[in-house]
Amino acid sequence: MGKTLAEKLWESHVVRSAVGEPDLIYIDMHLVHEVTSPQAFEGLRLAGRPVHRPDLTLATEDHNTPTDYTLPLIGTSSIKDEVSRTQIEALRSNCAEFGVTIYPMGDAEQGIVHVIGPQLGITQPGMTIVCGDSHTSTHGAFGALAFGIGTSQVEHVLATQTLPLDRPKTMAVTVNGELAPGVTPKDVILAVIAKTGTGGGQGYMVEYRGSTFEAMSMEGRMTVCNMSIEWGARAGMIAPDQTTFDYVQGRDHAPKGADWDAAVEAWTQLRTDDDAEFDAEISLDAADITPFVTWGTNPGQGAPLSDIVPFPSLIEDESERVAAEKALQYMGLEAGTPLREIAVQTVFVGSCTNGRIEDLRAAAAVIEGHKVADGVRMLVVPGSVRVRKQAEEEGLDKVFIAAGADWRQAGCSMCLGMNPDQLAPGERSASTSNRNFEGRQGKGGRTHLVSPLVAAATAITGHLASPADI
Amino acid sequence: MDKFTVHTGTAVPLRRSNVDTDQIIPAVYLKRITRTGFEDGLFNAWRTNEPDFVLNRPAFAGATILVAGPDFGTGSSREHAVWALHDYGFKAVISPRFADIFRGNSLKAGLLTVELAEKIVQRLWDDIEDDPAIQVTVDLVERQVRWSGEVHDFDLDDYSRWRLLEGLDDIGLTLRHVDDVAAYEQARPAWKPTAISTAS
Repeated sequence: MGKTLAEKLWESHVVRSAVGEPDLIYIDMHLVHEVTSPQAFEGLRLAGRPVHRPDLTLATEDHNTPTDYTLPLIGTSSIKDEVSRTQIEALRSNCAEFGVTIYPMGDAEQGIVHVIGPQLGITQPGMTIVCGDSHTSTHGAFGALAFGIGTSQVEHVLATQTLPLDRPKTMAVTVNGELAPGVTPKDVILAVIAKTGTGGGQGYMVEYRGSTFEAMSMEGRMTVCNMSIEWGARAGMIAPDQTTFDYVQGRDHAPKGADWDAAVEAWTQLRTDDDAEFDAEISLDAADITPFVTWGTNPGQGAPLSDIVPFPSLIEDESERVAAEKALQYMGLEAGTPLREIAVQTVFVGSCTNGRIEDLRAAAAVIEGHKVADGVRMLVVPGSVRVRKQAEEEGLDKVFIAAGADWRQAGCSMCLGMNPDQLAPGERSASTSNRNFEGRQGKGGRTHLVSPLVAAATAITGHLASPADI
Repeated sequence: MDKFTVHTGTAVPLRRSNVDTDQIIPAVYLKRITRTGFEDGLFNAWRTNEPDFVLNRPAFAGATILVAGPDFGTGSSREHAVWALHDYGFKAVISPRFADIFRGNSLKAGLLTVELAEKIVQRLWDDIEDDPAIQVTVDLVERQVRWSGEVHDFDLDDYSRWRLLEGLDDIGLTLRHVDDVAAYEQARPAWKPTAISTAS
């Protein structure tokens, strides 16, 4: 019997396999940021252990960094919060002590860890990539096995460049057909999560297959794979193809010359064999997918924008019904309200889900010639310094600023409440990020997850909307 | 890592599903660079905003076993969630289903995650709400949860069980196989990328 892509990636990284023990898996690249690494470096120090492969370890600063465009980003003086500043300084001194390459705030290569790997060409097909961050699944878009790990595992990878892991099962998510205008990769993954629930992918390495994913750009594929963790999947991946190779070729860390040819030959084998079997399969029809938004407090609580806030009383499963009641209470929503009538105070475009150049272009195209509605603030936060510079070269910053939006520096920003960009209690946002958990964007904040197109249209109208509504 | 063999204590009923790690410990508490002292962040929003929240009820003070609904620990990979539960005094968490990363983190930090069927969890909720003083035993040796005459087996793979029973450190175990790692590295294609800056 043939093998799936996930099985091929797994088997090519087994260092050691023994009955009754987890496989020891080699890690090709370890990405590090300031939040989940300090205790791991401290553990190495206490045990007197070095970083085994500093050359396969890359650090950047993203979660704590301020994004206010007026701040000087050299040094750490722009970080007003002392605890945040200490954490950033700890990463810098740990990288210096252990010989790890770091792109600090103010550097031309700084950005969200899942944005800088691909843009540097460090993320390549066939790799294993880990990071102390659950959205590491993003890199699976290149046909890599990529997943988030906890701090104990960060320490383990630093010390050994390996991880002992039990092999997850495999699942195929197949979507075929062309997406209608205004429907984006974000809508596809939100629809998948609403279908499966937040635990549907638990224990699986997921491969996204079918013509809908094949037609997506690398940015779109990254958006899909990024949110794999939001339905519990251990990893999400898409088989590499010409789109992948074209994206990687010529980037700083991409193989060159004869190495490139050897790499492409190896990468071309990274496909699920025709006679391979998945442990589970689900499928959706692209024609059924429309702009999708969330109404609740987990990413599975979503619905088409044309729908209404659901009636919890109609939900059969008891724990889901209770969760929906609690979510509506937290969100301050009444069942039966058309989703289009929900007014927001803040719109956030950015994050490792939708902070890439294609996302900014899409949002700018909608908002050009319009104004952000009265009483609404719109933050546009590029995923990296490179994305910011490219957007500025294309004049996108001017489009956003002319519309009354706030154009900012690169970072995780309002995706999570660790830096100054936060929602106030009760404030409601339309956000292109990945989590609508209670308090995720700031204590008491209310989040609706949306695509960049819906975010831009919402900014113009002041309530959840798609470009077709303008 | 602390060893885990058999633990007996009182339990807290957390009748909620999809308890994500942002609820277990909000991001604002992740800025610390220490490995301990995260108990103040545990369920901070619920403890602050909901006077009736189960951890605010004196009857459940001092409990060491958390009994939660399905899909506990979803979302962010933050191991701080495990540290917060541990630092607060919990030794074990029981739920019908855990998120993968949370479960992996727990077992590495010596916090035992026990999966029991939803019906059994509901029965345990009812029993401990009726009598919060009930002693619940989580027995890793026998892979059983016991209370008030109820006995329920749970699954945990032999390898994880052995590591917990012995309190073994994963890194130490892997370092026994450095030769295998070196051999693998020898055979890796030379064109695989490094993080060394290419800027001149």
